[in-house]
Amino acid sequence: MSDIKYILGSFGDPDEMMHGIEKLQENNISIFDVYTPMPIHGIEAKLGVKRSRIDIAAFCFGITGTCAAFALIYFCAVIDWRVNIGGKPSFALPDFIPIMFELTVLFCAFGMVLSYYASTHLFPGRAPRVMDLRATDDRFVIAIDAKDNTAHTEIDGLLKDAGALEVKYNERKYISYE
Amino acid sequence: MSGHNESILREPLITGDNITYAKITDDILMPVENKPNKAWWIGFIVASMGALLWVVAVSYTFWNGIGAWGLNKTVGWAWDITGFVWWVGIGHAGTLISAVLLLFRQNWRNSINRSAEAMTIFAVICAATYVVSHMGRPWLAYWVLPLPNQFGSLWVNFNSPLVWDMFAISTYFSVSLLFWYTGLLPDIATIRDRAVGTRRKIYSIFSFGWSGSVKTWQRFEAVSLILAGISTPLVLSVHTIVSMDFATSVIPGWHTTIFPPYFVAGAIFSGFAMVLTLLLVARKVLGLENYITMFHIESMNKIIILTGSIVGVAYLTEFFIAWYSGSEYEQYAFINRSTGPYWWSYWMMMTCNVISPQLLWFKKIRLSIKATWILSIVVNVGMWFERFVIIVTSLHRDYIPSSWAMFYPTWVDISVFVGSIGLFFTLFLLFLRVLPSIAIAEVKLLLKSASEQAKMKQIKEGHENKEYVAEYIESLEKFDSVKQEDYAKI
Repeated sequence: MSDIKYILGSFGDPDEMMHGIEKLQENNISIFDVYTPMPIHGIEAKLGVKRSRIDIAAFCFGITGTCAAFALIYFCAVIDWRVNIGGKPSFALPDFIPIMFELTVLFCAFGMVLSYYASTHLFPGRAPRVMDLRATDDRFVIAIDAKDNTAHTEIDGLLKDAGALEVKYNERKYISYE
Repeated sequence: MSGHNESILREPLITGDNITYAKITDDILMPVENKPNKAWWIGFIVASMGALLWVVAVSYTFWNGIGAWGLNKTVGWAWDITGFVWWVGIGHAGTLISAVLLLFRQNWRNSINRSAEAMTIFAVICAATYVVSHMGRPWLAYWVLPLPNQFGSLWVNFNSPLVWDMFAISTYFSVSLLFWYTGLLPDIATIRDRAVGTRRKIYSIFSFGWSGSVKTWQRFEAVSLILAGISTPLVLSVHTIVSMDFATSVIPGWHTTIFPPYFVAGAIFSGFAMVLTLLLVARKVLGLENYITMFHIESMNKIIILTGSIVGVAYLTEFFIAWYSGSEYEQYAFINRSTGPYWWSYWMMMTCNVISPQLLWFKKIRLSIKATWILSIVVNVGMWFERFVIIVTSLHRDYIPSSWAMFYPTWVDISVFVGSIGLFFTLFLLFLRVLPSIAIAEVKLLLKSASEQAKMKQIKEGHENKEYVAEYIESLEKFDSVKQEDYAKI
């Protein structure tokens, strides 16, 4: 038994999986992570995952874009080289707005998505940290650290009672993609 | 999601009675995991020949300059900007479906957003190539960027809508690409985990190591929602700024404040038509009738009636204001549009954009796949003529009658346009082969609440109001993918 690293409860139905999480939690079994083929609403609250702060990052990047656009246009059109266009004022704020808006969106989108990739460790060529190949297809997988939770037969029973179609004992953490 | 039943009055978004999560994956990945059929090859060969024509025509333009086009001193913008605005407009439906409909919680978007977004990206690529080639010296295209004086020019003029347009289109393209690709990650991971060998390695690189863990999905949803939030004003701003290329000038016929909303409505109108043109074929050839249902088609047709009517009202308002302004130049521009030498293009536009979409008020036409497909093409023909009318007929008779001229396209003009359609379809057909044409994860979300089988279960449980059930069953009659006899017993 000592070679087992992770126990995976593989469910065919998201509601049954949620039920499985409840069962495990009632029995004080800690859950390592849950892998699903689609987002499950309400699972964060159940697992105590903190709310994502990506929205704060998005706001900061957006406002940086607004300021950067304003600074660029102000520098070019007002400070560095004023162009006399029919005697109109160089500091024509309404004309600055379209570009300020576009750069707000651009900075916000790229800043936010790149922070998402960075915080979730997503980048091209990264080896996938996947425990069960069907977790991206039709299975909802609860992963339990087998070293921390030693009552393996109890876990097996709980998962099966909750409706797990299959319980796997993985000796290595992630599937090899080699 | 658990324990929540959707109202029985809502029509199902997934039909069929044996749909499981695994079946959704199998159905959607069918074209990706199997060798293409004959229909695909025929389409691809025709489209890539078009793309080749495009390469030839654009290279010819680069080599010889825009003198290769039929432009003259009076008509300085013609098929190039017509094509540009047409393509950008088509692109708008993708963002509208993926962003605006997400904000409005229109779940039916889930099965059409992916291919609509792909269409956006390919349409903007076609549009961008027009912009670059109409510059005349495309190797100096970087001059539109705000670069300092040493590059040979002053700073760009930040008061010019053309500069705004550069910022708008490049932001629009890159943000759309980001939105599309981030949404694709979970689906690429699905392909990866079902593939073997080299295929698995390739999809593994492109999946960015997606795992589907709780935190990944949580952030994914937050990112999608915020991207939708910022893309919604973005898509409106892009065509607003495109319209300002015209509206801020002093050319009679262009100088109108109605342009921004009128262009945006027109863009959505043509974009939805293009989505229908593509998806009606894709749904049939790829066998996706259970996911892109008659409800989706009808909903898109309703949007086409709405935006088509907005466009119609805009045409009439424009005409009225031209008369009401009392400006004889403005009045002449409009009289010339409808009765001058280009009267046929004006009436072509009126028929295709204002009159024919009104046929969709008839339920029979709205629910007929053939009629819808033909109308979707008619709309895009009309929208091309709209831009042609705005651009060429406003320019061809300017202030001095001695310089009045007509515009005749050369073979290069025609080849660039026909070729760009070829390029668009080549890219779209390749997309269908290598990436899932429907967002797999997002469709799976609908299975337990909005599918026909979930609703069937609801009915069988017997807690639903009888009248509502009757109404629901009646609404199923239009679906070509529903077995009507299953409901005869109930």
